[in-house]
Amino acid sequence: MGHTYTPGLTVTPRTVISKRRILPLPGTVLVKAGDTVVSSTVVARAELPGKVLVVNLVNQLGLLPEDLPDYMVKREGETIEKGDVLAETKPLIKWFKTDVRSPITGTVETISTATGQVILREPPRPVELFAYLDGAVAEVFPGQGVRMETTCAFIQGIFGIGGETWGEVVLAVSSPDEDLTESLLTPHHAGKIVVGGAFAGAEVLARARAVGVKGIVVGGMHDKDLRALLGYDLGVAITGTENVGFTLILTEGFGRIPMARKTFELLKKLGGRKACVSGATQIRAGVMRPEIIVPLAPGERVEGIDAGQTGEARGGIKVGDPVRVIREPFFGRIGQVAGLPAELTLIPTESRVRVLEVMFSDGSRAVVPRANIEVIEG
Amino acid sequence: MTPDPGRPLRTIVATDCGSTTTKAILIEKIGEEYRQTYRGEAPTTVEAPFEDVTRGVLNAIAEIEELSGRRILDGEKIITPSGAGGNPKAGVDIYISTSSAGGGLQMMVAGVVQSMTAESAQRCALGAGAIVMDVLSSNDGRLPHEKIERIRSLRPDMVLLSGGTDGGTVMHVVEMAEYIAAAEPRPRLGMSYNLPLIYAGNKDARERVTDILGKKTALTVTDNLRPVLEKENLGPARNKIHDLFLEHVMAQAPGYKKLISWAGAPIMPTPAAVGLIMETIAKKQGINLIGVDIGGATTDVFSIFQGVFNRTVSANLGMSYSISNVLAEAGLDNIMRWVPFSIDEQDLRNRIKNKMIRPTTVPQTLDELQIEQAISREALRLALIHHKSLATGLKGVQQERSISDVFEQKGSGESLVDMLQLNLIVGSGGILSHAPRRLQSLLMMVDAYEPLGFTELAVDSIFMMPHLGVLSTVDEKAATDVFVRDCLIYLGTCVAPIGQGAWGERCVDYTVTFPGGRDSVKGTLKFGELRLFPLAAGEEVTVSVTPARTVDVGVGRGVAVERRARGGVVGLVLDGRGRPLQLPIKEDERVRALKEWHKALNLYPGEDTVKR
Repeated sequence: MGHTYTPGLTVTPRTVISKRRILPLPGTVLVKAGDTVVSSTVVARAELPGKVLVVNLVNQLGLLPEDLPDYMVKREGETIEKGDVLAETKPLIKWFKTDVRSPITGTVETISTATGQVILREPPRPVELFAYLDGAVAEVFPGQGVRMETTCAFIQGIFGIGGETWGEVVLAVSSPDEDLTESLLTPHHAGKIVVGGAFAGAEVLARARAVGVKGIVVGGMHDKDLRALLGYDLGVAITGTENVGFTLILTEGFGRIPMARKTFELLKKLGGRKACVSGATQIRAGVMRPEIIVPLAPGERVEGIDAGQTGEARGGIKVGDPVRVIREPFFGRIGQVAGLPAELTLIPTESRVRVLEVMFSDGSRAVVPRANIEVIEG
Repeated sequence: MTPDPGRPLRTIVATDCGSTTTKAILIEKIGEEYRQTYRGEAPTTVEAPFEDVTRGVLNAIAEIEELSGRRILDGEKIITPSGAGGNPKAGVDIYISTSSAGGGLQMMVAGVVQSMTAESAQRCALGAGAIVMDVLSSNDGRLPHEKIERIRSLRPDMVLLSGGTDGGTVMHVVEMAEYIAAAEPRPRLGMSYNLPLIYAGNKDARERVTDILGKKTALTVTDNLRPVLEKENLGPARNKIHDLFLEHVMAQAPGYKKLISWAGAPIMPTPAAVGLIMETIAKKQGINLIGVDIGGATTDVFSIFQGVFNRTVSANLGMSYSISNVLAEAGLDNIMRWVPFSIDEQDLRNRIKNKMIRPTTVPQTLDELQIEQAISREALRLALIHHKSLATGLKGVQQERSISDVFEQKGSGESLVDMLQLNLIVGSGGILSHAPRRLQSLLMMVDAYEPLGFTELAVDSIFMMPHLGVLSTVDEKAATDVFVRDCLIYLGTCVAPIGQGAWGERCVDYTVTFPGGRDSVKGTLKFGELRLFPLAAGEEVTVSVTPARTVDVGVGRGVAVERRARGGVVGLVLDGRGRPLQLPIKEDERVRALKEWHKALNLYPGEDTVKR
């Protein structure tokens, strides 16, 4: 096979991000192409069909299903209030009349003469789709949603939980190898996106919830703390719908791992600005990684950020590229590509794989399978 | 591009469009035999930025062109037939393909009684190559509104509704149809078309089901898959699933319309094709077979016992994306029992999660390899338990019993998987096909499946079973030729006596008689021992086994057996560890036992020097 893949996470001070925002079912788009919107702008709305309730009338009234229509007071499509009579018997003496009343407000959807059930539906619930990003509406998909575009600083994490949110970026630590501790989280962090360093433990996450932070960005955490946070053992990495009180983004992985300096420095420069973050992670077809998006005004220059850089797709790996080792025995270490031998190399497991040579910051070198490194892109 | 039926196929190019990689193989007729000659791979291009599956197919075929020197592509077209323009090194006679890109075929099935029509519907969908997202039935314990919410939230590619025997009550299946209609289910891909739904239930309810679902779904009606309680009729519904897969699901995926037009046979879901080749081989050779494909996200198990085919998918047991779920389902202790050293629990859990979030990494050190292989044993074991629970006889069937059955009364719905009647285990998937030593693949399967008596084991060399499955629909000889000669790598035979005893006690006496004048070997296999006799592929030996009084080698306790056993790249393994297999409880004893077994088989490099 002539291809080598080095999956990389993007960390870039300036790029243009394009995102499709699509309703879960057809609805109405409320903005038009070219509009400028902010995260909280509702760009589209749909009506989610209401919950249904099945009432078996024939059992309650002692009828045959095929006779049911004769006893119905309400017809298919009629609106109903809670307590309205749905159907009633027609005895000779009114005193013996029995009826069945609606347990909900809504509409009668179907009356079945096969099963004798009546399906009632609650009124539809509106679903609102937020813009999520500050930026421009680049394209409208009628009835479905929009494509948003924004110029921004963009940082991908490796794993996250929790959905989309936004808030001000605040650094709680002073270096990427410092742990985020309970004492570093104060009421001042309520509603903010808090950047930690190497590690956040269970007690820190509990504190974050108590304080009311909106997001935490940190290098690593232990699996057992994730289990405690979620209340179950996450088996498959498809996340984004968890509701733990905040959105959590790991930039490096599981364990205590200093955040890549490049990521930390960029977040530091972005301190005080608004970030839109999402913990949604999907590691299958259609890979999705958690993200931190800090919108920039068109043409805006942020002090210390090189406005010329973009997060364009790269051609391949080359000597000098900054890389992160993503598997034992050098897991989490960051270095530079020092050599790219072309031939297959025998590793201690006896597999023959393509490798590369990495030079770490302390000058030491190691040979690592190419599959076990990640280029730090940006 | 349907080939001329009168013209024999000499050159075939086949692809399997997987979620991440598109794999192409070239098959050529050499003399009277078909052989797989070249292969190529390229990333699958269903997703952005390409959003056209044919790009990956062309790239994979281009790699074959480079390696073989055969000109197959003319720009973006496949040249057919072979020898086009008088050039013997140009073109192919047919192009065929399978696909599991974009998550494969995801279905929801519904029936009336959970253990009867709902289970038959589940078997039908699984056999057609689908991942079954949920099984709904009247008696599944969920309240009507819970069922409706579930149907709405699932967004499958297709729904299969069954229920009731022909002429039986219509009420319950109509009730299920009403729930589905109320949920207004939407398909996974696209907003602009109706969800395909197959009705394969009581024929007397067709009219009512059509009234209820005809306008809300793309309804297709077919024969009842359980026309009477005593019979399953899965074929018509299965064929409909394949038709709708092509017409609706594939047609929504980017580039597939073009791909379908290139193919000389209908494109099949990958697992359906794998099942088909296994079924073909088992029937042709008259054997009972278990096949397993352990992937990154899922583990598929196929079995053919007494000619009955079954497939299951354990959707969240895999070696990368779902590796963390193996830990969650198996539990830490079950994984650790296969690891020949101690490791801190937190460290192990973090390592497993890191593999989950970075699924393409490979073990660099021996201990990392041993941990992955330990996890694979548990994934394989759990997937087989799942398979056994679904690969059963029909439930709810009245059985006639004679006087001889009085002492062995079996209920209906017994598992068809009988390890003692099993002839061959075929392993597939990266962890088995690419283990650094083939012995490791063999022991992973033996530890996970605990085969009984005499069982042959093999692995798929380069995962070409999907290609051969779809090929078997066009040319069975070509498919079986390649399967036997190039696809399977026979590992050898495992002989495992049934019974338990104190370690060190006599389990069986054995004599292995080799062909060609090589001295026969006699010995005693003790409980707790593993022995390996090298025996090349194609060689056969006679194995005579005299078990201890309490031990059974397939014909009864203490009864001697003599059978032929075939070799392979590993050879003949005598497994005296007892069945059911029991490992020492105490950690130091367990580690010592594992190390002894590994050393006896020379399982890992430096086995005698590994210190922990």
